[in-house]
Amino acid sequence: MFPRIMRFATAAAAAVLVSAGGALAQSEIQAPDLLVKNVTLEVVEIIQKDKDIQKGDRRKVVALIEAKVLPHFNFQSMTSSAVGRNWDKANADQKARLIDEFKTLLVRTYSSALASYSNQKFDFRPLRAKPTDTDVTVNVRILQSGTEPVTIDYDMEKRPAGWKVWDVRVGGISLVANYRTEFDNLIREHGIEGLIKALYAKNSSQGQSPVAGVQKK
Amino acid sequence: MTIKRMLGNLLFALLLAGAAGCATTGSDRRDPFEGFNRSMYSFNDGFDQAIGKPVAGAYRDLLPGPVRTGVRNFFGNIADLCIGANNLLQGKPVDAVTDWARFAINTTVGIFGLIDWASDMGIDKHDEDFGQTFGRWGAGDGAYLVWPFLGSSGVRDSVGLVFDIGLDPVLRHKPVRVRNAMAVLRATGKRADLLDASRILEEAALDKYVFQRDAYLQRRRSLVYDGNPPRAALEVPLAEAAEPVPQPVSEALAAEPLVVRPDPATMEAAVRPLELQASPAASAGG
Repeated sequence: MFPRIMRFATAAAAAVLVSAGGALAQSEIQAPDLLVKNVTLEVVEIIQKDKDIQKGDRRKVVALIEAKVLPHFNFQSMTSSAVGRNWDKANADQKARLIDEFKTLLVRTYSSALASYSNQKFDFRPLRAKPTDTDVTVNVRILQSGTEPVTIDYDMEKRPAGWKVWDVRVGGISLVANYRTEFDNLIREHGIEGLIKALYAKNSSQGQSPVAGVQKK
Repeated sequence: MTIKRMLGNLLFALLLAGAAGCATTGSDRRDPFEGFNRSMYSFNDGFDQAIGKPVAGAYRDLLPGPVRTGVRNFFGNIADLCIGANNLLQGKPVDAVTDWARFAINTTVGIFGLIDWASDMGIDKHDEDFGQTFGRWGAGDGAYLVWPFLGSSGVRDSVGLVFDIGLDPVLRHKPVRVRNAMAVLRATGKRADLLDASRILEEAALDKYVFQRDAYLQRRRSLVYDGNPPRAALEVPLAEAAEPVPQPVSEALAAEPLVVRPDPATMEAAVRPLELQASPAASAGG
């Protein structure tokens, strides 16, 4: 009964796993659903084998995310979408700093999420898209005994360098949309610089905190 | 607790909310009682920090995983009865039969629901409640509300909650002592399942109240549409949220559209700018 919504944050944790991925060595572009599946399984395997990560080594988790997950995300698109209609009010320098801070925030959140993974099963759904589509949604479900499956939807766009994620929806909650009101409020009250400062403060405050979910599995 | 008393409490709480709402200037149309809601939120948060989280943490540390899974399965199994009823009310008889089949399998083969065999057999559990049923019938979200102990809700979902609680087999159980013990066990188990999630929320949110509210609203919309909500419906209130609209409480409630489902033409028109917004940004990145 307690904040029901938090259950979906748990799923967000698992969602993150799904989005992690290996760097693309091949010249050929990997299909989006295959990309999500390969990356997910690879990252889960690394976590399960790495004793330091299980003990809560934040730096190692962040490094894992930077190596495997970040290359498959389009942070420019995610940031501009989260900032919304105020995006055009920011100058080039502000835009770059916004993208940087938002990226850091997401990586930190993701590192917590990754560490809370505890052997849930993944159900990779078949892709419902035409081969010519350049904007698709990859559906993954996380199965856990006694609760309904949690859906993770990756909105992905085809780019020259491969498929890139521009939004993640966990149990129907869009990550990008969920930041929109917060960002909007901050910009209205303190301007673009105020938002950048708030993000920076948030990111700096978490430096010492341990990774979530490491006490007991 | 009888339904009558529940309704009485709800009415009292609504009046209270109304009184508090009058004194505040909400900047978000979806949340006219933000002042009241924020105070309820910090009350809940304080209770959670002092009691909810420590108890749930102890529960997770002391009980082995299989036991906690058994507790989750047991209460999830009981809940399948009402989930099935709601699916039937929503005009989804196949889903309803599936839910009751789950109950039949898990109660027998799964030993009183302790083992979730049905899920292993590929019969997925659903998430339905009366708030979703009313939403399916066309009721809009109504104003966002935060209740003490129960957390995020809305006008429609609060009415739904009265039915959810009134028909809850666990809360109708006699004797009262056993009922209370079961209710506490269920709540503890649920909170324990959310320990990781709540920590992630702390990390992710700049303003926990706003983050959780928006997540709740998105989540409920998604549930009402069984995972396929029209994206446009979400965009409208967010775009309007920027302008402060001071409104008397009664008008704010009346102004809430009862039906959120726009016709296909409106939806398409509303989705198009959204796609335009996403693509240029995406093509500029790399």
